[in-house]
Amino acid sequence: MSELLKTAVIGDSASVSGFSALGLSVFCETEADKISVLINKLASSGFGVIYITEPAAALAVDTIKKYRSRRLPSIVLIPAVGGNTGEGMRGLHETVEKAVGSDILK
Amino acid sequence: MARLNVNPTRMELSSLKKKLTSAQRGHKLLKDKRDELMRQFMNLIKENKKLRLEVEEGIRTANRYMAVAGSVMQREVLETALMMPKQEVELEISEKNVMSVNIPVFSPKYRTGDTDDIYSYGTAFTSVDLDGAIMALSDIFPKMIRLAEIEKACQLMADEIEKTRRRVNALEHIMIPDYQETIRFITMKLAENERSTTISLIKVKDMVLKQNHNFS
Repeated sequence: MSELLKTAVIGDSASVSGFSALGLSVFCETEADKISVLINKLASSGFGVIYITEPAAALAVDTIKKYRSRRLPSIVLIPAVGGNTGEGMRGLHETVEKAVGSDILK
Repeated sequence: MARLNVNPTRMELSSLKKKLTSAQRGHKLLKDKRDELMRQFMNLIKENKKLRLEVEEGIRTANRYMAVAGSVMQREVLETALMMPKQEVELEISEKNVMSVNIPVFSPKYRTGDTDDIYSYGTAFTSVDLDGAIMALSDIFPKMIRLAEIEKACQLMADEIEKTRRRVNALEHIMIPDYQETIRFITMKLAENERSTTISLIKVKDMVLKQNHNFS
């Protein structure tokens, strides 16, 4: 089984505009409610991977958590222009803790 | 540990024994599944961490170029330059089954054959830093796709490991001991019944002998 899916980038315009040159669908959004709505909409309309900047992700934590256990889409946190908040790495540590019982990556 | 609420009969005993054997076999299988999942998970998570560091570094570089480009170019010019992308990426999604966990595998399909054909603007009115930013993003993009794939795989496997571990523990600490205790209870109860029957038979025999032949 194979299907063709699109890739999206969500975040503030300074962080994400470069991705449009690569052919990704770019959405500039910085309001909490709109980000959640957008993620839900993208997930149900054929997007396989959603890259989201860490500050934007911090506004829609619950929505992102909801998609963690689904097969698709894969939501990946990327650092924004303002710098790396370490939220993406924290997600990784959470995954390890869930699987192993304690964080062994430290 | 609690004894199951069943009648102490031979039929129950044999069905419980069957259940115990299959519970033990299931326990062994699930334990093997958990160990193998864990082994694969450890390999993946190491790669995941490495990739994430690389991707974050790549995006940091791109953002640095982008910040410079944004400061030397007008906002409108920058936006116009990126407005009409030349390139388009779609991901072909297939599935891989790792220990009954379905993991998506992404392979990118580009609209133009040349993956370096990404500059959607002329070079006359844009800063060279914009080229640098886009180049940096384009370099890191294959790794970003792999990161999306592997991060999803890790999340799905973590879920599955957690589930399997719960099942193993439930079998090991609750179901199997319960079955064993109930089987012991029924065996003892049946033996007790048998002894009781023997005793009453002996007593009846004594009584009959005494009545008919005056034995004492």
